[in-house]
Amino acid sequence: MATYQLNVNGANREVEAVPNTPLLWVLRDNLNLTGTKYGCGVAQCGACTVHLDGTAVRSCSLPVSAIGNKKVTTIEGLSSGENLHPVQQAWMDENVPQCGYCQTGQIMSAAALIEKNQTPSDSDIEEAMSGNICRCGTYERIRKAIKKASNAAAK
Amino acid sequence: MKADTNESKIFKVSRRDFVKTTSMSISGLLLGISFSCSDTAKKLSGNPEYVFSPNLFITLNGNGDVTLIAHRSEMGTGIRTSLPLIMADEMEADWNRVKVVQAVGDEKYGDQNTDGSYSVRMFFTPLRKAGATVRLLLEQAAAKEWDVDVSECKAKNHEVVHSSGKTLGFGLLAEKAAALPMPEESSVKLKEPKDFKYISKQSSIVDLKDIVTGKAKFGFDNNHLPNTKIAVVKRNPEPGAGLKSFIADNAVKVPGVIKVFTLDAPGFPTTLNKPLGGVVVVAENTWAALEGRKALDVTWNKGMNADYDTKSYNNAMLKSVKTKGKVRRENGQVDKALASAKKIIEADYVVPLLSHTPMETPCALAHVHDNACEVWAPVQDPQGVRKSLAEALGMDLKNVTVNITLLGGAFGRKSKPDFVVEAALISRTMGTPIKILWTREDDIQHDFYHFPSAQHIKVGIDENNKVTSWLHRSAFPPIDGTSNANAKEASGAELSMGMIDLPYAIENVCCETQEAEAKIRIGWLRSVANIHHAYAVGCTLDEVAKARGVDPVQNMLDLLGDDRTIDFNSLTSEFWNYSEKLEDFPWSTARFRHVIETAKEKSNWGKSLPKGSGQGFAAHRSFLTYVACVVEVAVDANNKIRIPKVDYVVDCGVPVNPERIKAQFEGGAAFAASLALKSEITVSNGAVQQSNFHNYQVGRMSDSPYETAVHIIESNEKPTGVGEPPVPPFIPALCNAIYAATGKRVRQLPVRLA
Ligand code: FES
Ligand code: FES
Repeated sequence: MATYQLNVNGANREVEAVPNTPLLWVLRDNLNLTGTKYGCGVAQCGACTVHLDGTAVRSCSLPVSAIGNKKVTTIEGLSSGENLHPVQQAWMDENVPQCGYCQTGQIMSAAALIEKNQTPSDSDIEEAMSGNICRCGTYERIRKAIKKASNAAAK
Repeated sequence: MKADTNESKIFKVSRRDFVKTTSMSISGLLLGISFSCSDTAKKLSGNPEYVFSPNLFITLNGNGDVTLIAHRSEMGTGIRTSLPLIMADEMEADWNRVKVVQAVGDEKYGDQNTDGSYSVRMFFTPLRKAGATVRLLLEQAAAKEWDVDVSECKAKNHEVVHSSGKTLGFGLLAEKAAALPMPEESSVKLKEPKDFKYISKQSSIVDLKDIVTGKAKFGFDNNHLPNTKIAVVKRNPEPGAGLKSFIADNAVKVPGVIKVFTLDAPGFPTTLNKPLGGVVVVAENTWAALEGRKALDVTWNKGMNADYDTKSYNNAMLKSVKTKGKVRRENGQVDKALASAKKIIEADYVVPLLSHTPMETPCALAHVHDNACEVWAPVQDPQGVRKSLAEALGMDLKNVTVNITLLGGAFGRKSKPDFVVEAALISRTMGTPIKILWTREDDIQHDFYHFPSAQHIKVGIDENNKVTSWLHRSAFPPIDGTSNANAKEASGAELSMGMIDLPYAIENVCCETQEAEAKIRIGWLRSVANIHHAYAVGCTLDEVAKARGVDPVQNMLDLLGDDRTIDFNSLTSEFWNYSEKLEDFPWSTARFRHVIETAKEKSNWGKSLPKGSGQGFAAHRSFLTYVACVVEVAVDANNKIRIPKVDYVVDCGVPVNPERIKAQFEGGAAFAASLALKSEITVSNGAVQQSNFHNYQVGRMSDSPYETAVHIIESNEKPTGVGEPPVPPFIPALCNAIYAATGKRVRQLPVRLA
């Protein structure tokens, strides 16, 4: 066991974990941040997507020892209070979720995309979202919501 | 498959429990959703403490708050929204004042087994009656208060309005309504469809905001019990075969690992309910459990399926369908008609084992203590889970509580209780609450798979270009084979999913089956046997159209013949109408024709497309819902298949929640595309060879339709389900489009063009 000081959603959190513990399980088990989901454990599905200094990463494949002082943002920290992030708002406007399980990971990937590219084309979206699986098949609405959010962000 | 699902039985259940109580007789508050109250409502409140519970499903508080019970499991269809919406509409409740509470698993709610696409079909009318009864009681209470005739009082948007214009809020009336006798069922009037305010109107799901903010609780998100430990299980790759020996020395050295022990294997067939057994690792946290399991050294027993190999197994099935099998439907004389046919179309189809792979793997929280068991789990059949738990633990049913979380997808997988029983058995051993996790590898390697199948279809066309004969042979291990070693023959219900329910006016029809033995756990996957039957039938029809030199849509209309209702019971004694009587849900070729013709029109069928692109068509009735589908594909030089456009036309009777119906069809198209283009489970030496999404591929954004247009037929017919019906016609429509684009017939799934 080792002790790590993490910056999660803007707060300093001290956690005890063995060094190779994936960030996913530290978030879920140590910090009770259950919005980040397990889907495959091997960086294949995107359910566990969080931001590391603003970049979308797969927390299931990122050992806690590698985080250092980089800022971790999870779905719980994407927006604050009643104000939703434009991507979350677009997700609600388009009624994207079905079962909802993959959606936090989808939203984190989409938010990172829009942060870098305010006018993503279809192929930009396809590329950025190719690591996120939705078994309910909400892909069409995901694309629509990203376009909607990017228009909102560009304004 | 399913026990009786007719509506009256269920209504009796809710009538019986239609008793007044003054306390909330509901539990399972886990998924409660609150909406804020408006100020006007507060002004009208009576005794805010008063709780009026006229039936099991509806509670009205003195402050005007309404609580509606969702008793079916939410796995993404929107049922947790749609059923309460029906009650709110009939009750004239304001949706913003409604809180939805998920019921625990309990027989008192009637059927809770959420599969088979029948939630809306079964509960539409009973829940309307439940809501309308409360509306009438509130109107009667207001009439009494004003000393006027009830005919002058009308409930409207959370208050009762008198013809003079004066009003009384629902909250104020709660206590007064509770004092009234329960009205006769015959005096309860349901709304006219034109007066619906929520039914058939757009509405977002109640969990939407919780989902997009990460607050929604799924099966592995329940951390509320102190001292909860995490468990994973290492299972024999050959289902049911059990353990020879294991060495846990390294596993127990992993920091955080608490205990390693075994669970008994059930043997084979495993049954649908029993866990697979194996070596359990319990740890302080998930990672320790996983690392501990990795460090186990296990030697497995070899069982009766140790030599199961899908390649040879499927080849044997394919061989078997070339010869005469057991007749399951026979009309006319197929052999004779085929012998005199001018043209013969003949094709074989093979579909592999398929896995459900819901994004949320099986998981549960269980706490067994003091001769009681409580679980929180993402399950489709909470009452079935409750029974299985009681049986496995040797407990009274009343001591077992099953709370249902949101399901992160299910597709049939979570209708089995095995993973919840595992959690409970482990909790009993440990004396602590246990959260069990199935990793993706566990999920893909130990599923209840969709049947592997082989089919042979032979069609004869006479000199007048008329289809005169249809021979269909199907071989696949029945789901019953998972419980019963002697079950080697598909059931009538399984064959009524796309084989013996062939609706075409063909004089000579013969449907035959060959035996096949379950060698692995088989279970139902979204639309079940419709998947492989609709694929084979839909592709063959396209070949028939080609042979007849007729457009595929026209070909289907030709074959369908005059508008009529088909009396399938006279065509085969094995017909199954999804547990409904044919009188109640007739097989209407007129409704089928209507979706086909509408699809032709809406899809711009026959439009000119560039080289490498093509349109394909198919139509299918399943789960009593009529669907036609046009798929457009574009195949590039590298054989990458893209799906720019899908048009669906659906007749599901009254469309209760059109927005979610559309979502089910969009998602159903993507799910079916995934099955057809990507997925295949293979077995060698008794062990599944795939393990995660790198080798059990599923559809990603680029594999899925770019645009799915869903055209819903306006209808006042009884509503039928939409969870499964999108899947069956999509696959043949896709394959027919691939043929139109490339000239290649797809006779085996998944599609491999190269
Ligand atoms: S759980 Fe991390 S990518 Fe699937
Ligand atoms: S919404 Fe269910 S997996 Fe994406």
